[in-house]
Amino acid sequence: MAGAGLRRRARAASACAWLLLASTGASAHLPDTGLGPLADGALHLFLSFDDLLAVVAMAVLASQHDEATAQRAAGALPAAWLAGGLAGFAAGKAYLPASATSLSLIALGVLVAAGRRLPRALVTALAVAAGLAHGLFNGAALATARHDGMALAGIVGAALVVTTLIVAPGLRLQATGARIAMRVAGSWIAAIGLLSLGWTLSGRL
Amino acid sequence: MKCEVSRESMPAVPWLAAGVLLALPAWAHEQSGQAAGFVTGMLHPVSGLDHVLAMVAVGLWGAQLGAPAIWLLPVTFPLVMAFGGFLGLLGVPLPGVEVGIAVSAILLGAMVATQSRPPLWLAAALVGFFAVFHGHAHGTELPAGESGLLYSIGFVIVTGLLHATGIAIGLVHRWRKGRIALRGAGAVVGAAGVFFLWRALA
Repeated sequence: MAGAGLRRRARAASACAWLLLASTGASAHLPDTGLGPLADGALHLFLSFDDLLAVVAMAVLASQHDEATAQRAAGALPAAWLAGGLAGFAAGKAYLPASATSLSLIALGVLVAAGRRLPRALVTALAVAAGLAHGLFNGAALATARHDGMALAGIVGAALVVTTLIVAPGLRLQATGARIAMRVAGSWIAAIGLLSLGWTLSGRL
Repeated sequence: MKCEVSRESMPAVPWLAAGVLLALPAWAHEQSGQAAGFVTGMLHPVSGLDHVLAMVAVGLWGAQLGAPAIWLLPVTFPLVMAFGGFLGLLGVPLPGVEVGIAVSAILLGAMVATQSRPPLWLAAALVGFFAVFHGHAHGTELPAGESGLLYSIGFVIVTGLLHATGIAIGLVHRWRKGRIALRGAGAVVGAAGVFFLWRALA
């Protein structure tokens, strides 16, 4: 019995080690719009699909709940994104495995696909965790590539706009078809996250 | 030839002019292979008839079964298919992938042809089981230098659209002749599956 428990723990430890070892350096790919770092950062979100999908998934998850929960999550996501981004920018490192963004897509996508009502605190915590994780990567990438920190404000602003644009009408969508469409979208996002995790762990992303 | 600008189209002119005059020079975004990955991912599911028929059959069967299977099956398939792709990316071997794909077409076609109505969990398990083979075979074939993430997005979207196509076709189920046609379509998918199986075993 003790041997089996030890083997289970060893397997769990090696899985954790694998996820951590699979982490890679943050890579910046800020587009040059010619309109300054704020616009560069805003556009960055729309070209970084791992970030954009996380924002979409979190916004859809929020709009599957009541108005107060959705509003709190819609505010928490960009706020945490900014906090994470500043921390990552200051540290120059994300301190997270590269697989963290894929894991956030899987978790948020599965929750959207499940379509269950979650406690308000949990939805807020998910928004904070997702915002912090993605913000950390963005901030670290900006610092590594020596980009202007204002780009972070552009990213956060774009995240706020996208979240609001989804949450505001999403809360009004009560038709069964619309709710089903949200859940189908969640399953797609989770599937993309799972494949993305596979690419990351195989070192091919 | 006389070129006429209608009164209705006039309001669009200032916007068009503004769009042209305010156009920015092309900006550099050094991520080569990004769009190519997306396009490859989108084209991949439709490049193999075995994959296409099985995906459409999932939608047909869902439409035949009605709610909640009509949306539960297409939700299950991409998720489990991605798990199959995940296993493939990690190098976990899956024996008999081509046989599994061919059998999926046979069984899904047979389900539609016979209008089978198993319990929902069994239908989801059946669809999910075969989705692993499809994901393992098709989810990982990324050409070098292309974005894996965008490949995955394209792949999942088109797979979902193939399900939606099946569901849309399956809506003929509400008419008597449509039900007969649907069963015929299931028989065709099953027969194609037999051909794929023969080819896989040959």
